[in-house]
Amino acid sequence: MSEYKSGSNLEKVLKAGHFALTGECGPPKGANVEHLKEKLQHLKGMVDAVNITDNQTAVVRLASWAACTIMIQEGMEPNFQMVCRDRNRLAIQSDILGVYAMGVRNMLCLSGDHQRFGNHPEAKNVYDIDSIQLISLVKKMRDEGKFMNGEDIDVPPKLFIGAASNPFADPFEFRVYRLKLKIEAGADFIQTQCIYNIKKFREFMKRAVDMGLHERCYILAGITPLKSVGMARYMASAVPGMDVPDELIKRLKGAGKGKVAEEGIKIAVEQIQEMKEIEGVAGVHLMAIEWEHRVPEIVKMAGLYPRPKV
Amino acid sequence: MIVAEAKPIKEILEMINGLKRVLVVGCKGCVTVCNVGGAKEVAILASAIRIAGKKHHNEVEVGEMTLERQCDPEFIEELKDIINDYEGIISLACGVGPQFISERYPEVKVFPGVNTKFIGGAVEHGIWSERCAGCGTCIIHLFEGMCPIARCSKSLLHGPCGGSSNGKCEISPEVECIWDKIVKKKMENGRLEDLLTLKPPKDWRSARDGGPRKSVREELVI
Amino acid sequence: MQDFKPKIIAFYCSNCASSAATIASKMKLYMSSDIKLINIPCTGRLEVLHLLKPFEQGADAVYIMGCQEDSCQYMNGILKLKKRVDHVKKILEQIGIEPQRIEVFSLYAGKGQDFISIADRIINSVKELGPAF
Repeated sequence: MSEYKSGSNLEKVLKAGHFALTGECGPPKGANVEHLKEKLQHLKGMVDAVNITDNQTAVVRLASWAACTIMIQEGMEPNFQMVCRDRNRLAIQSDILGVYAMGVRNMLCLSGDHQRFGNHPEAKNVYDIDSIQLISLVKKMRDEGKFMNGEDIDVPPKLFIGAASNPFADPFEFRVYRLKLKIEAGADFIQTQCIYNIKKFREFMKRAVDMGLHERCYILAGITPLKSVGMARYMASAVPGMDVPDELIKRLKGAGKGKVAEEGIKIAVEQIQEMKEIEGVAGVHLMAIEWEHRVPEIVKMAGLYPRPKV
Repeated sequence: MIVAEAKPIKEILEMINGLKRVLVVGCKGCVTVCNVGGAKEVAILASAIRIAGKKHHNEVEVGEMTLERQCDPEFIEELKDIINDYEGIISLACGVGPQFISERYPEVKVFPGVNTKFIGGAVEHGIWSERCAGCGTCIIHLFEGMCPIARCSKSLLHGPCGGSSNGKCEISPEVECIWDKIVKKKMENGRLEDLLTLKPPKDWRSARDGGPRKSVREELVI
Repeated sequence: MQDFKPKIIAFYCSNCASSAATIASKMKLYMSSDIKLINIPCTGRLEVLHLLKPFEQGADAVYIMGCQEDSCQYMNGILKLKKRVDHVKKILEQIGIEPQRIEVFSLYAGKGQDFISIADRIINSVKELGPAF
């Protein structure tokens, strides 16, 4: 057990050299546990861990930590996402201990979308620390067994530390350096923002590999299947840093009425297969938000089923 | 300087509703520079209040005065002889002014005529932009002379976040991403390694988070 | 309101507007005595306070005549004035006074007729609005 940092399923799969697969699930806008469990059932056995988002896009939803606990009760492995937007260092450390105590073993450290985007824009801004300081903090708690202030933690949380990377945000030249910084801070694995411009992503990965980053950290490429032409257009124009090539939108349009979703699935499967071939990519993070029921076919078509048992 | 914005006249009229004699007091400091509380603006507000009084058959006598500053008791003292002639005072200074007036003349009703916004400077005639959050521990030299605490929407010390796009912040295309500028300047000046070191979490005690602040110059206190 | 005699203040600049006024009088066109004319070097010289004071003293309307935007003798006097008029309109609205009671017009130096027709338009408009106070 001591060979592992956390002993999570995701860590074991990656360490054993398998091409990992993670999924994502957004908690409900209320306490609708049944609906959450339904969505999770589609992902069971299809992925190595499932991310649970934390008040995504600054919209209030069931707490990530609570959804993670429900997941564990369902016999699945969560990846607990925490944003820096809504809590200060006291709440952060407290929540880290809390989720670990409830069985969580993977954590993704994020800054979080600004609350101006969300449904409570009047809220007070926290951002006591940033995502990189959060990564350092979790590492300190895990490896040194100490709180941020240097005091001892009685039972330290052994978490597999994750971070996000957006290869296409500006300034582009700096993105790989920021990735390096997250790894220096202690990130064990990275999930990128969803990728559509594979060519540009290859450039990014080449630089990451040149810097040896893939040897210090497991990089998972983000994939989001496109459900419709409208969705592709929205991603292209409204999401910061998102790069959706025109050929992709044309291809979706060309699929014909009623067949666009199928084409979107096909494209996602092709993308996963391309990712398998890119040096430095250790797996894929599949974000099929509100489309969880299509995940099983994507995983199977991509030849990634059954998931390895380590 | 402290940048403030005029309160809507409607709001001010509601505040002083029922009063027959008010004094509008301006300040020759920051609010004069950002054109909301100087002698000119005092005259404009006074005129507007009188016109409103005339319109609603509710005549209000409005006095006008502009002090050197409203953040020093010696100038607040200058109101001593006239303050009792009025039922209410509208201060056009930053948040300090109405409070100093209120402390010195507790029996008088004091109303703020402006909304104090931020510490900033003029970027163009008529446009002021925030530069400083008053965090109490200035580290702009680490960021090529730019402050990420005040100018990054998330006060990141290791920016930019994934929402930076075309040099703009994710919250609005009108807000620049200061981290985009910091990174570019570091790259131009060959100092990129500065950004690859880990900075410890900020000690917010010196900021407002630590409680209301006081600054004492021992060598000046008698 | 047949017997309502509006009190109107008209500021006009010494350049284009003045020229137009001169032409108007040469054409023997005359203005109503309801309007009090005030000559100023340039409309840009008018501050927000100058535009409010007439209302403070009971005016029913104020209007300003200046140069065309691209031929202001002082470059951008008329542009500055137009911004100030927009600001005064907002103030008037907040007080409960119709913002149409203040207007600005750009005149052509040679069009004497406009000097008079604008005056007539304002008078009719104000008569319809009624007294400001």
